[in-house]
Amino acid sequence: MIDFLTDITLLTDSTFRIATPLILAALAGLVAERGGIVDIGLEGKMLAAAFAAAAAAAVTGSPWPGLLAGIGASVALSLLHGYVAISQRGNQIVSGMAINIAVAGLAPTLANFWFHRGGQTPYLTDEQRFSAIKFPYASELADVPVIGQIYSEILSGHNLITYLTVLLVPGVAWMLYKTRFGLRLRAVGENPEAVDTAGISVAALRYQAMIIAGVLCGLAGTVLSTGLGAGFIRDMSAGKGFLALAAMIFGKWKPVPTLLACLLFGFVDALQGRLQGVELPLVGEIPVQFTIMMPYVLTVIILAGFVGRIQAPRASGIPYEKDH
Amino acid sequence: MAVGAKKLPWWADGILLPTLNLLAAFLVSGIVIFAMGESPLEVLSLLVAGAFGFEEGISYTFYYATNFIFTGLAVSLAFHAGHFNIGGEGQAMIGGLGLALAVFMVGDGSPFFAVTMGIIGAAAFGAAWAYIPAYLQAKRGSHIVITTIMFNFIASALLAYFLVGPLQRPGGQMPESADFPASASLVGIHEMLAGLGITFEEGPMNISLLIALLCAVGVWFLLARTRFGYELRVVGQNQNAARFGGISVSRMTIVAMMISGALAGMMGLNELLGDQHRLVGGFTQGYGFVGIAVAFMGRNHPLGIVLASVLFGALYQGGSEISFEISTITNDVIIMIQGLVILFAGAMPHLFKGMIDMILGKLAGRVAA
Repeated sequence: MIDFLTDITLLTDSTFRIATPLILAALAGLVAERGGIVDIGLEGKMLAAAFAAAAAAAVTGSPWPGLLAGIGASVALSLLHGYVAISQRGNQIVSGMAINIAVAGLAPTLANFWFHRGGQTPYLTDEQRFSAIKFPYASELADVPVIGQIYSEILSGHNLITYLTVLLVPGVAWMLYKTRFGLRLRAVGENPEAVDTAGISVAALRYQAMIIAGVLCGLAGTVLSTGLGAGFIRDMSAGKGFLALAAMIFGKWKPVPTLLACLLFGFVDALQGRLQGVELPLVGEIPVQFTIMMPYVLTVIILAGFVGRIQAPRASGIPYEKDH
Repeated sequence: MAVGAKKLPWWADGILLPTLNLLAAFLVSGIVIFAMGESPLEVLSLLVAGAFGFEEGISYTFYYATNFIFTGLAVSLAFHAGHFNIGGEGQAMIGGLGLALAVFMVGDGSPFFAVTMGIIGAAAFGAAWAYIPAYLQAKRGSHIVITTIMFNFIASALLAYFLVGPLQRPGGQMPESADFPASASLVGIHEMLAGLGITFEEGPMNISLLIALLCAVGVWFLLARTRFGYELRVVGQNQNAARFGGISVSRMTIVAMMISGALAGMMGLNELLGDQHRLVGGFTQGYGFVGIAVAFMGRNHPLGIVLASVLFGALYQGGSEISFEISTITNDVIIMIQGLVILFAGAMPHLFKGMIDMILGKLAGRVAA
């Protein structure tokens, strides 16, 4: 029983940890698509931010320049994607994949060039990263049953960006539903002609959406290399950008359901980590390759079984062309 | 903006614009290389010399190109039907698995039978792996871009499972299978040339290059000359028009994706039957993703895809030669260049259209005056 409680505590703790970059990236995808731009380049932007953050933190010795660099790299790529999608009216899926592939090559190249460690950045010490923040009395209360465990294991001991994420979900929801900008953003993703007719620039709104998405995705990448990990390693985004997109679709392009979807993915990922090498009743030990598959299989099942035909923002993925 | 306002002559649209896009991608790559303290021109000349400067290099260039023809045709066929098959990588992996299972089942015997069964195994498994996302898209509306990406991850784990489990070389430690039976092997081009009395250095280029070219002709014929191909393109252009014309959109989606998966699956012919003679973990090396670049660079036309494949084959072969000479220019740089080529040639095909429009207009004006 005690074992079971500890298991649950640890699982919940890792769920929040793993879900943090997913939530941030999914919010980024959400803001972009609500504004009418499909952003399949989340994966690449995360990776670029992870690299830039780790590199800047390693060089300066503080995570804060890392945060700035991570956000900067991601916003720059976001604007590039925006340029292709908005000004060039190019294919948004191709552009996103191009960014993913270019960054997968560029990040390890630069890492190798600057740090000579086979495409990685140096290992970051606790001062150079967003390390765990211990709540007051967390260690004293750890032995108190249930409440103490929840307080010291689950609530306390995450990094700053994880706590920031908790605030950003309602923040993005507020922006979308309660501000004038949010109203216009949603309109431009559904019916850009109407926005244009009202005399508001479709392009300007969409570029603003891409900047916000860039900041959110930059946070996602930064937390990967300076919060959860301690340095950049090759391909460290490992499909999280795509999982985030799936979570956003599962969450029907709404912030709170998207958050729940990300927590579900985080939980499955945490579970697969715990299941590795564990003997289960009836089935025995599941080969590690099959536990690794779990989040991806779950994504397919969710998209196929539970989501069904749902309506994306009507104008998402379609370049806006003004009639002359 | 004048984008899309006028139609350019065919040579400007089909040759000049892609070339300018390619040059733009190379220019940005050159800036990165320059920033790393290397000379872009030296890198370029090493690249060309590595890819075409000697017979073995040429053999490798066309060997890589063969992979890209298969995966490029795969992406392109699905795209003509209006779908983005990003799952070429996974379909190639599972195709390789099917190929290996088929040749092991056949055992040592008639080479023709072994190779035929290998081809069927590769195509069938690749098609089957594409069938599931296609079915889910057609019947359940699941976003095919996301599901094919997920199927890449699943395929990679599945292949790893087989190669450290049931298919692992007995007594081996590496994620690879036992060697194929001796009869399951494709003849090298240098051997064919030797039969004609021409000496050509030994290399990995093999008869699957010709099979890939046949596939390109087949795809062209299917799309341009058959009723099925016409219907497929109608579905890709306008689903409502297709439905109105009595074409089953979901059936077309599934069939197009299965042909696409079969083409991607056949990549294993070149890599496994042609060169490695065993199933190796991670043998697809991202070639499935390069297919996206190749398809868009080649304007989704089979001839363009073949040309773009040779270009990317040269990039790969020349790139690997550069890393021997300049240690900072690794395979990662080549991956970055690919991404930039996809960006410029694939995502922004009209980047220079306005400029060309203007220049042609001025020239025409001068001729008229």
